[in-house]
Amino acid sequence: MKILVCISQAPDTTTKIAFSDNNTKFNTAGVTMIINPYDEWYALVRALELKEAGTASSVHLITVGKQDAEPVIRKALALGGDEAIRIDTESHDPYVVAAEIAAYAANEKYDLILCGKESIDYNNGVMGGMLAELLDMNYVGFATKLDLADSVATVSREIEGGEEIDKAPLPLVVSCQKGMAEARIPNMRGIMAARTKPLKVVAASGIAALSEIVSYDLPPVKTGVKMFAPEDMDGLVNALHSEAKVI
Amino acid sequence: MSVIVLAEHTQGSFKKKTFEAIQYANHIAGQLNTTTTAVVLGTVDAANLEQLGAYGAQKVLHVADSKLDNLSARAYAKALASAAEKEGAKVIVALHDVTGKAVAPRLSARLKAGIVAGAVSYPDLSTGFKVKKGVFAGKAFAFVNINTEVKVITLMPNTFAVQKGEGVANVEELSVSFDNKDFSIQVQEVNKVTGTVPLAEAELVVSGGRGMKGPENWPALEALADALGAALACSRPVADSHWRPHHEHVGQTGGTIRPNLYIAVGISGAIQHLAGVNGSKTIVVINKDPEAPFFKAADYGVIGDALEILPRLTTAVKKFKEAQH
Repeated sequence: MKILVCISQAPDTTTKIAFSDNNTKFNTAGVTMIINPYDEWYALVRALELKEAGTASSVHLITVGKQDAEPVIRKALALGGDEAIRIDTESHDPYVVAAEIAAYAANEKYDLILCGKESIDYNNGVMGGMLAELLDMNYVGFATKLDLADSVATVSREIEGGEEIDKAPLPLVVSCQKGMAEARIPNMRGIMAARTKPLKVVAASGIAALSEIVSYDLPPVKTGVKMFAPEDMDGLVNALHSEAKVI
Repeated sequence: MSVIVLAEHTQGSFKKKTFEAIQYANHIAGQLNTTTTAVVLGTVDAANLEQLGAYGAQKVLHVADSKLDNLSARAYAKALASAAEKEGAKVIVALHDVTGKAVAPRLSARLKAGIVAGAVSYPDLSTGFKVKKGVFAGKAFAFVNINTEVKVITLMPNTFAVQKGEGVANVEELSVSFDNKDFSIQVQEVNKVTGTVPLAEAELVVSGGRGMKGPENWPALEALADALGAALACSRPVADSHWRPHHEHVGQTGGTIRPNLYIAVGISGAIQHLAGVNGSKTIVVINKDPEAPFFKAADYGVIGDALEILPRLTTAVKKFKEAQH
């Protein structure tokens, strides 16, 4: 049972977002890059648990990124995983990322591909579904639980106002979110071992982007908060009704 | 040429967000000088289908196969691709919700049609096909240009106000041939949380943080939520301390919501929390610390102890609701 975990790097969650070049580029100056939390805490850790339980024979990690993505993939290897693959290109177009991973994964015959539910930077949440389509695999999105037995996965996924439990035959792509596993911290042995684990750099297939980000914008700054005294909750309710018109 | 829109339903009835998606699609159809076709998958009554005309669908393509009553991303993508081909669709709209996010990416990859996931604007056609969407978990927006002839958009629910108009849609049945593979995922069990407003689609949300001091104080928050008809949410420390279930956690690593009203009680407003909620139209912050960063992002604020203010606010809301009747 071979598992592939898709890893992307993302700015640390405390990052103050700023743009440069006339609002066309994300300003990475002073920004710490981390493993996208959904990829790390849920997808990767669940894959490692499946290997530790003897269900999976190998766990490979893959990322689409330039050389600056290597510290993050090494950090992921410190948590676990047998080897990593970096596809040497970068794109904000989710199709390019999915198609590049699909081109690599097509020859490797993975039984299970895990990714986070979305990246915390571009928030598309579509890469996993695209990958499943391109590899002609099943897809369960926004999963909170995953177990495997006899080439069939039992997956709980979020639905409107609740959850659904599905039986999905492998091969399968699953996008993971909270509930799937508990976050881990890499230990010293893992960090040392990660230094010598194979990190394969693969040339990109040169897939053309279907979309591009042309510019960015920051949300309007609130003009000032209107305060109410704790004794004046009628005043607040009145403002919510007649001014904000939300109740 | 046309604009098609996936009209989601729950056991045969349509929700407001579906009407919003249809209205959005019809606005784009207007920009492109074409018509709107709503695609309905699974069992729905004819009368219900016709009413989609009131939100801008001139035509409804109905794939009545009861196997589609449950979501199958493969089958839904296939049916939409078939409808798109039949209608010569240039734009395909779905919602940025659990169904849309399962189906739209498959469809986008299948048709090699560029996608904007989580759109919050109509397309700007002056320089291509440019759509605004939230990025960095709500801390910023990106303008994404789609380069392909066919475009896929998932619309962030609760972006536009829905207005019911006149009109009855022309309903046409569409038959799509599926194979076993399209239904190879079997639904074993469905567990719905009943009696509460689902957070993702709630228009009013009441949310608690560490300032609530402990899970034993939540009834005061629930009383306010009940009085308003609001859904409950919480900050990450609250979920991590198991005071509240994880599905109530909103913020950068939890759910992202954009209700009309977000009342934050005892939440200081860390940047990660703000990211998940700053799409809310009106924000009320109740906090005992006047320096809490959340006040800077708020429309209305009250400085004071959460547990003292909550009952007062609940009483004021009840009084207001009674006066409305």
